[in-house]
Amino acid sequence: MISQILFIAITLAAIALFSFNLKKVIRNIRIGKAADRTDQPQKRLMTMIRVALGQSKMVVRPIPAALHFVVYIGFVIINIEVLEIMIDGMFGTHRVFGGLGTLYNFLIGSFEILALGVWVGCAIFLIRRNILKLKRLNSPELKGWPKSDANYILITEILLMTAFLLMNAADAKLQALGAHHYVTAGSFPVSQFLQNLLPGSESSLIAIERGCWWFHIIGILAFLNYLPYSKHFHILFAFPNTYFSNLEPKGEFTNMQSVTNEVKAMLDPSFTPVEGEAGRFGAKDVNDLSWVNLMNAYTCTECGRCTSVCPANITGKLLSPRKIMMDTRDRMEEVGKNIDKTGAGFEDGKSLIDDYITREELWACTSCNACVEACPINIDPLAIITDLRRYAVMEESQAPASINAMLGNIENNGAPWKYSPADRLNWAKEN
Amino acid sequence: MSEKLNIEVPTMAEMIARGEEPEILFWVGCAGSYDERAQKTTRDICKILHHVGIKYAVLGTEESCTGDPAKRAGNEFLFQMQAMTNIEVLNGYNIKKIVTGCPHCFNTIKNEYPGLGGNYEVIHHTQLIQDLINDGKLKAEGGESFKGKKITYHDPCYLGRGNGIYEAPRKALEVLDAQLVEMKRCKSNGLCCGAGGAQMFKEPEKGNKDINIERIEEALETNPNIIAAGCPFCMTMLSDGVKMKDQNQNVQVLDIAEITVRANGL
Repeated sequence: MISQILFIAITLAAIALFSFNLKKVIRNIRIGKAADRTDQPQKRLMTMIRVALGQSKMVVRPIPAALHFVVYIGFVIINIEVLEIMIDGMFGTHRVFGGLGTLYNFLIGSFEILALGVWVGCAIFLIRRNILKLKRLNSPELKGWPKSDANYILITEILLMTAFLLMNAADAKLQALGAHHYVTAGSFPVSQFLQNLLPGSESSLIAIERGCWWFHIIGILAFLNYLPYSKHFHILFAFPNTYFSNLEPKGEFTNMQSVTNEVKAMLDPSFTPVEGEAGRFGAKDVNDLSWVNLMNAYTCTECGRCTSVCPANITGKLLSPRKIMMDTRDRMEEVGKNIDKTGAGFEDGKSLIDDYITREELWACTSCNACVEACPINIDPLAIITDLRRYAVMEESQAPASINAMLGNIENNGAPWKYSPADRLNWAKEN
Repeated sequence: MSEKLNIEVPTMAEMIARGEEPEILFWVGCAGSYDERAQKTTRDICKILHHVGIKYAVLGTEESCTGDPAKRAGNEFLFQMQAMTNIEVLNGYNIKKIVTGCPHCFNTIKNEYPGLGGNYEVIHHTQLIQDLINDGKLKAEGGESFKGKKITYHDPCYLGRGNGIYEAPRKALEVLDAQLVEMKRCKSNGLCCGAGGAQMFKEPEKGNKDINIERIEEALETNPNIIAAGCPFCMTMLSDGVKMKDQNQNVQVLDIAEITVRANGL
């Protein structure tokens, strides 16, 4: 009875804490400006099913795709087991679904095989990160917390799977001993090989079985609460992020309504502006970006596929699209903490541009969309880069001198070079 | 294969004055108008249009920058000023269909002009060539033979990833009976030439290599006779790259329009 109360208390506390933190995350995303991404719901749903659920963009790199798929499927399906754990925990039952007989045996057997898959997958991921030191997983922006974050996630998953398998091994042994409460249920294709590692006495086996059971469920609840602090948030955000992703051709940049109003007013004095958000042109800080950009930042799991295909990054420039996303999240969380402390409207004198993302990074972008194409969950670093450039150019008039010269030429001659508009048709005449 | 353009290029103003309307407007673009290398592609597109008897016109001195480099550089004001001025001209002439030799102009007019009141059917010249081949109006005969030549095609970002057009340019090359070889990074995974996002107009940021060198090394790995391009900016970057690698005697960088003109002896 005490353990049931304890279980319910821990579960409720974990859910409450997670809701509290999730609310904060959503509030932080809402710091961003409005953007309408509700059109074409059917197409959006299909995009989400294809890209997030079906992981269609992962296949470009077959090895990590296969490993990731095993971990993903394992993690999702083994969580069906959590349902049983929840019921057992609340009502003091044991293997409540055991009555399903063959089906139950099949399920537990599958979970075990998947658990082994997750275990091996995570181990290989750890090796890739820490021993093989893949370039994509050892870039400068991953130094410190991001690297630890990645390892914590993998180690936790390995521990959870180990606990699950050890629990089953002890359970099977207890079933064989005919221990009270331990109904005969389940099949154990993987954990049977762990049985010999375990002691023979009933009391030690019960201690191991209970210990692993508690570790497994508390581990899952703790992991849930770790998500808001981690890049691993993508397991949840991948879904809304792909649903609300850009459906237009990648080459198309948004037309700024605020600018349209000004330009139309300039060309036609009788023009009445369309309602739109006034304020800054472009983005100086996270609150100038759209909520989609900010959700992108929470969704990023720092895999670095974007950076590994970025022509600027490949050729040694400072720009890394992954860092753009990480900086945006870091700054957003900083702004969020400021709001927690002192309420909205507090200025800490910092901004996303300069304090996080330098001009050198911004101006190295070729807008080639390789990063956007490469992202397995449709994150768009280019949209953020563009908005920061807009701020630098339109609010500050701070662009590289040659860019200013090019802009001047367009303004004066209608071409980015210094040629006379009168000569525009010369190609047809002189030979 | 004379460089000379022996045909009259009609302007919209002239056509309207004669009381005629073109089937299609040829949007030349700034590079196509002023850049010496791109001018050649421009003339070749005219030769193709003339050869198949499509009634076309250019805007001539009434054309102005689409605003693409301004927009990518972050100057939305200048972009929209350019866009609205151009839209006024295009709508004034009641233009319905546009072909252009520049993927940047193509993307801007096709995707970004509609929101500002400019609605046209826009195609890239490689799509026009593909359509003409499909319709049997254009073949690869009567000119230079490309049989057995190794050709590798470089996808321009704003045509490929930007707008998903990967097949049209390849189709234009397939009819040549040449040997098409793909670079390691091609189609949606293609590597940028380094010119986009207004990079064409500035020095690159500090790094350890220029992007066009990275790209040209990859192109040269395929051991090509010809590197095919579909964008005047890629053309500049790739040609410079080939020169830097001292390969301009062995490898030609040619636009798909130029290849088509040569293959048909226009």
